[in-house]
Amino acid sequence: MVFTSSIPARTSVARRAGRSGTPRWVLIGTEVLVPIVLLGLWWVSSANSTNTFFPPLQVILERLLQLVQTPTFLVDVGSSLGNLLLSFVLASVIGVLLGAALGLVPALAWFVEPTIHFFRAIPPVALVPIFVSLIGFGNETRILSITLAALFPVLISTMDGIRGTEPTLAMVSRVYRIGWFDRLVSVTLPAASPRILSGMQVSLITAFVVMIASEMLGSSTGLGAATLLAQQSFAIADMWVGILVLGVIGYATTAVFTLFRRRVLRWYLASQQQEKNA
Amino acid sequence: MTSDTLRDAPVRLSVRGLAKSYDTKRGSVPVIADLTFDVRVGEIACIVGPSGIGKTTLLKCLTGLQSISSGQALIDGRPIDGPPEEMALVFQEYTRSLMPWLTVEKNVRLPLKHLRLPAAEREERIRGALAAVGLAGAESKYPWQLSGGMQQRVAIARAIAYRPEVLVMDEPFASVDAQTRFELEDLCLRIREQFGMTIVVVTHDIDEAVYLSDRVIVLGERPARVTEIIDVDFGGARDQLTTRAVPEFAELRSEVFELIRKAG
Repeated sequence: MVFTSSIPARTSVARRAGRSGTPRWVLIGTEVLVPIVLLGLWWVSSANSTNTFFPPLQVILERLLQLVQTPTFLVDVGSSLGNLLLSFVLASVIGVLLGAALGLVPALAWFVEPTIHFFRAIPPVALVPIFVSLIGFGNETRILSITLAALFPVLISTMDGIRGTEPTLAMVSRVYRIGWFDRLVSVTLPAASPRILSGMQVSLITAFVVMIASEMLGSSTGLGAATLLAQQSFAIADMWVGILVLGVIGYATTAVFTLFRRRVLRWYLASQQQEKNA
Repeated sequence: MTSDTLRDAPVRLSVRGLAKSYDTKRGSVPVIADLTFDVRVGEIACIVGPSGIGKTTLLKCLTGLQSISSGQALIDGRPIDGPPEEMALVFQEYTRSLMPWLTVEKNVRLPLKHLRLPAAEREERIRGALAAVGLAGAESKYPWQLSGGMQQRVAIARAIAYRPEVLVMDEPFASVDAQTRFELEDLCLRIREQFGMTIVVVTHDIDEAVYLSDRVIVLGERPARVTEIIDVDFGGARDQLTTRAVPEFAELRSEVFELIRKAG
């Protein structure tokens, strides 16, 4: 018996086969090139713009260069990014723990699930005014709003993922007398991880939307607040800078999360690919 | 190991009047009526019977995964009321019983974690189990990268490394091709020789039952009863070609076949 191939070899082969022969560098090149071309188009078509609300891209970028040297702008970016990341991590941790508890203890789910689905049905942004009136305009309000909004997708997907675990794996754990904690950490959560990570992806997007909304509603710090203030005080270039930076943050966080997911679910993605090729 | 010494060996697994019924909306549905048989230390016993007779239910009762409605299953004289530590189970569906996120080596390692073995012994068990099933060199592969027969070898290695006194298998070779099935049957015989395990196999393959067994337990009727217990005296060393060619093999095969046909 000879065992030659290893995972990376197999998956890169599989990847190439799966994408019908398109070389990898072409795909990456396209991904990088398209935004650059779009920015170029924007630059050219807006170059002679006299419309107050659509300043030339050149003006926007120059303003960006000025703004990144001002402490207030950096504080705004830092505050937004910090709230987003902190809330996302909080939501993920609480969501996985709570979702696991609800997935494992049917009696608990029976009591709590209707309530969860009720709160989930409220558009997350609509919760912000409630928190503002309850606890004021502080940063805690924003973190609470973002966390709560981002909690539901990961919570529900964890619950479903754990309930959908292959029953044979549960029997294997019982036959080998694996304790409940080991079973949770080494069997149940990994088995549910594809679903959990899909939920986290939705949570991240929700967190991003609510982050901006929470800053636009009565806050004085953060990119959302800065962008809104710029718009209201006719600092149109500043407004565009805010929107541009928000877009970059949204794209970058999603990209980082995608890399994280690819790393964690390498076994899953590779085995799916294998199945497709078989 | 000769058949005579096996017949004198102490009883490892004892089933006494075991009955199992499921509670449904329309009342209690009996699946197993009354089973009594013994499996001695170092024996290979095969449980055969028509499909749907409740063989898998019996295995779940024996391994403590399901409760017994009445009667008893005893391991070394101790009643089984939950998965006993002296037992391991190999499932039919290897694709579902292995952890796809763990490598071959880590799949074998997983049940050993909580046994708190000295590190050296643990590593030796993993290495030995993988070598015994012919998977040395495949440690860092993932189960889904292997063929069906190889995956079932991983499941068997995981069971061996756990060092059970009784290895229970539920139609372990039903989903592999004929050639692989012969290899795995011989692997099963080698494991008994090498580790002195008592092995209980549920199978629907009559040839397999006769080839592997020291004792074939034929189930029949619904709800299930033991129709017949047939002793097979081929000794420990068997060979796919010569053992299957002896006249007694054909006789036993016909006998079991006849019993199952009557039972079905």
